Amino acid sequence: MLARDESPLKRTPLHALHVARGGKMVPFAGYEMPVQFPAGVLKEHLHTRSSAGLFDVSHMGQLALRAKSGKVEDAARALERLVPQDIVAVPPGRQRYAQFTNHDGGLLDDLMVANFGDHLFLVVNAACKAEDEAHLRAHLSDSCVIDSLSDRALIALQGPKAESALAKLGTDVTAMRFMDAGPRQVAGLDCFVSRSGYTGEDGFEISVPAAQAETLVTALLENPDVLPIGLGARDSLRLEAGLCLYGHDIDTTTTPVEGALEWSVQKSRRTGGARAGGFPGADKILAQFESGASRRRVGLRPEGRAPVREGALLFADAASSEPIGKVTSGGFGPGLNAPVAMGYLPTSLAANGTQVFAEVRGQRLPLQVAAMPFVPNTYKR
Amino acid sequence: MTTLFTSDHEWLHIEGDVATIGVTDYAQSQLGDVVFVELPKVGRSLKKAEAAAVVESVKAASDVYAPISGEVIEVNEALAAEPALVNSDAGGKAWFFKLKIADKSELGGLMDEAAYKAHTA
Repeated sequence: MLARDESPLKRTPLHALHVARGGKMVPFAGYEMPVQFPAGVLKEHLHTRSSAGLFDVSHMGQLALRAKSGKVEDAARALERLVPQDIVAVPPGRQRYAQFTNHDGGLLDDLMVANFGDHLFLVVNAACKAEDEAHLRAHLSDSCVIDSLSDRALIALQGPKAESALAKLGTDVTAMRFMDAGPRQVAGLDCFVSRSGYTGEDGFEISVPAAQAETLVTALLENPDVLPIGLGARDSLRLEAGLCLYGHDIDTTTTPVEGALEWSVQKSRRTGGARAGGFPGADKILAQFESGASRRRVGLRPEGRAPVREGALLFADAASSEPIGKVTSGGFGPGLNAPVAMGYLPTSLAANGTQVFAEVRGQRLPLQVAAMPFVPNTYKR
Repeated sequence: MTTLFTSDHEWLHIEGDVATIGVTDYAQSQLGDVVFVELPKVGRSLKKAEAAAVVESVKAASDVYAPISGEVIEVNEALAAEPALVNSDAGGKAWFFKLKIADKSELGGLMDEAAYKAHTA
């Protein structure tokens, strides 16, 4: 008998396909997901950088936000009550990176917001999706209708051959630029396509009705340029690209300023802007824009070959006893053939080139603060 | 030469009072692509079941335990330069370290090849 608190793992509409392709299935955010396929994390990572990788991200939450007035601007104004981003200025057919903030200026989740002309389309993290939906309902139900699009799968097709792989299915995406998003036909199916992703590569995320997800993925995988990629390589790809993993690199205790995400907060929402503040934690976050924060998320390059992983404590020198920070993501970057990490340091030690030390198995290993992305991105702007 | 195995997927070649130790092909297939190996220092005395080496894949770090007690008399420096040897030749060129066996009676608790095959079946 199952213990009462052990809810069974959920499966995506592509579960059977993953198993048939030899995916090694592991629990992740309440789902049974492939961590790798027979090619292995290293080859999957490099294949995505050189050709095209196909990722099942159906565990993520997809939501439609519609204003009761029928006007997308009203949905955008409503959403701005929960995020520090300028949503009103996102034109139809475009997408923007955003975060839900809490009253301490911390982050409840990060998300993508697209303007689909008459409503907003949101993609949120799997582990947060129930809370995010409840958060939206609690705060925006006065003016908006929130629909959970749980009948849709989500796949990511990433890498230099992603565009040609879609062309082979009769979908011309050459006119799309990075962060364009909207409804499109792919292989005759009613999809939502965005030119974005989580690898640093040019590529697409495709929302497809769950019942047709396997048909679409099977058609994409008939192309020898396209390989299925597991969560292991998804993590190493996003780490090389310097992209945050929610719950690790950013969370309820980190602000957008501490998380080095200032670029994602438009001037219109900052002090002196047309719609300054008005989101949870605005006082703290906007004050940090003026006077800075005491700590900052930075890229870290270990000087040796040993990976420095999440949780490793950081020190100012090889002997000091007081930690000054912590690694929040770390591993091996196959594209660099070297270890890479990110973590938090006091702002005074956050300049590129600063040497710090991480404690790994009782030894102090030197690292240098380094600019991110570690691997240049190839977005089609 | 005798070859023995542990339930933690290490192999030992025994020649006289020296044991050469590595991880099995089954272990490397479970680890995935190895990107870093940390070896013990020559001269270190290891107790049975003590963490002796670390093998890291893209995703994770795993300890390699001393299958028996003894003093480290040689380590395979080639693994530092080419960690992928663990994937390509786990049972041969990718040996980790050699121990001067402290207590031969500890070998009695290890598996022969037939028993190890049954263990991983």
